Amino acid sequence: MERSARADDARLLHIYQGARSSMDKIFRVNMTDLSTKIEAVPADWAGLGGRGLTSTIVAAEVPPTCHPLSAQNILCFAPGLLTGTPAANSGRLSAGAKSPLTGGIKESNAGGTAAQMLAKLGVKAMIIEGAPKDGTWYNLSVGVNGVTINEEKELLGLGNFAVIDAVEARLGKKTGVLTIGPAGELKMTAANISVKDPDSKIRSHGRGGLGAVMGSKQIKFISIDGEGAPGVKIADPEKFKTAARAFSKALLEHPVSGEGLPTYGTNVLVNILNEAGGLPTKNFSMGQFEAHDKISGETMNEVIASRSGKVKHGCHAGCIIQCSQVYNDKDGKYITSGFEYETIWGLGADCCIDNLDDIARADNLMDDIGIDSIETAVMFGVAMEAGILNWGDSKEMLRMLREEIGKGTALGRILGGGAASVGRTYGVTRVPVVKNQGIPAYDPRSVKGIGITYATSTMGADHTSGYTIATNILNVGGYVDPLKKEGQVELSRNLQIATAAVDSTGMCIFVAFPALDIPECLPALIDMINARFGIALTGDDVTNLGKHILKLERKFNTEAGFTNVHDRLPDFFKNEPVAPHNAVWDFTDAEIDAFWDF
Amino acid sequence: MRVTVKLFATFRNGRFKVEERELPEGTQCRQVVADLSLTDDEIGIIMINGRHGMLDQELQPGDVLSLFPLVGGG
Ligand code: SF4
Repeated sequence: MERSARADDARLLHIYQGARSSMDKIFRVNMTDLSTKIEAVPADWAGLGGRGLTSTIVAAEVPPTCHPLSAQNILCFAPGLLTGTPAANSGRLSAGAKSPLTGGIKESNAGGTAAQMLAKLGVKAMIIEGAPKDGTWYNLSVGVNGVTINEEKELLGLGNFAVIDAVEARLGKKTGVLTIGPAGELKMTAANISVKDPDSKIRSHGRGGLGAVMGSKQIKFISIDGEGAPGVKIADPEKFKTAARAFSKALLEHPVSGEGLPTYGTNVLVNILNEAGGLPTKNFSMGQFEAHDKISGETMNEVIASRSGKVKHGCHAGCIIQCSQVYNDKDGKYITSGFEYETIWGLGADCCIDNLDDIARADNLMDDIGIDSIETAVMFGVAMEAGILNWGDSKEMLRMLREEIGKGTALGRILGGGAASVGRTYGVTRVPVVKNQGIPAYDPRSVKGIGITYATSTMGADHTSGYTIATNILNVGGYVDPLKKEGQVELSRNLQIATAAVDSTGMCIFVAFPALDIPECLPALIDMINARFGIALTGDDVTNLGKHILKLERKFNTEAGFTNVHDRLPDFFKNEPVAPHNAVWDFTDAEIDAFWDF
Repeated sequence: MRVTVKLFATFRNGRFKVEERELPEGTQCRQVVADLSLTDDEIGIIMINGRHGMLDQELQPGDVLSLFPLVGGG
């Protein structure tokens, strides 16, 4: 088995070397000696992009045991293999580092305008290493001629919206921006990196505390100037066009990506998970939320329409699914956009808050402060359990975001450390985390496949890394009964392998819905990659790429000190049955460990 | 027998959110779907008492039947 894995890797390397002719470069920034370099792309990185590339770079350049906030860690960004081309939904950016939240490898994926700008500039990856030796803060400007490092004073302490406005005023409306808010500056482990979207609002590299890594390098923001960008060269434009057309057709034809997501966004899941008894409620003590209808996608859709918001909206140019939306207040004034199910579930059901407007206000505040909305929502559930604030008290939750986390008080720093930080500090035993990262919006007792993903993902508890909800709940890609153990390990494994590969293309993960059901979709995606680089990847090669990435990430985690004991859910899932199905987490250790048999 | 029918997403348009129905014993899901002028193809997810069900499943007294179009998120 080892041998054939090596043979597969060798075949991939051989194919990728064919892609070397492209003009792409690595931009490298050293924050210790404040130098920058433009490097050629090493041969074995040539065919990688997105997560495949960031994880390869982290594995190659970061000592696994280093402190994630030390100069030894790096922060890298990579657009996907298809980013910058006209391929639909290909404008996602991967950010990678050793995570200060999990202590393992991290790739976090976001929309916004930065990925396409970097790809068109020919930036295969940007690697930021080292850390300043004194207290000076900087900004980076990226353009055709490389990166310059500039001292930054004026924007320190500001929220992300103000940073984006100020950078646009300084450098022009079209400038791309990656920024951290106060949470990142204060190196809170739930801090995220914000990416400017086409409306000068925010998308986020949310999970794993990458904002703290950027803060540790004392970089407040990175601006991107697309002026004079050479653009992405496509090796076989005719073949590309045909494949791109077939791909878009599949996206628009599938009922989920073509109709469900644009109409209701991801929040349509509130009612579905509630019906299925898998909507974690009151810090994971129940599986259904009484007030589910007040926060549901159906209600949100009506509210948005009645307040002249936008029901559908893309996080980057070229997204044809448009799961995002613009949510206004009663007077038609903007409150937030990119208002996701996970945030609404977390502050809603998990914190027993039934006020959608307040959840929207919290979403906007979290964007501004620069803190992960999933980690923070799970954290508030634990904080309510701890008695720091009352269940359902949305006003106090908003105050804590603004006054405690946003201002970096002692309590704010504990809260900004995420769910595990609060659980540890206040002696809470029901703390829903894996590898220290908060468990998102699907109860693993009543949706067992996702529990395998939470347990085994190299990223810590992360639903996107193997979204079994598709098959357990949504009848996409077949059906595996969510309440039974049979088939879950295999389902999660197949999805995690496929996702690692898709995360390398720059594609939004929602292309998986049509890819699972429409036979022409995946071949069209592979054809686009082949046409872009003039190579000949097969479906098997793509699967092998996914396997290779997972094993590489796991090796890093093992060397960082993780063992199979870390691939476990918290004990309360075994001991506390969840209503209405009275389901418990009942996988044996050996059953979970079998995930890695590939 | 009495059965509770719940509709979601686009199925609510021009219909209802939740309704109690009096049905003859032995009624299958498929009949309820047809009574609502929905086609089998339009049905994405069927849940009966919070568990996935099938079109040809027979309903029991007191059942809660939930119907969803094919939708998703993540
Ligand atoms: S479907 Fe949603 S997450 Fe995906 S690219 Fe479009 S707006 Fe972004």
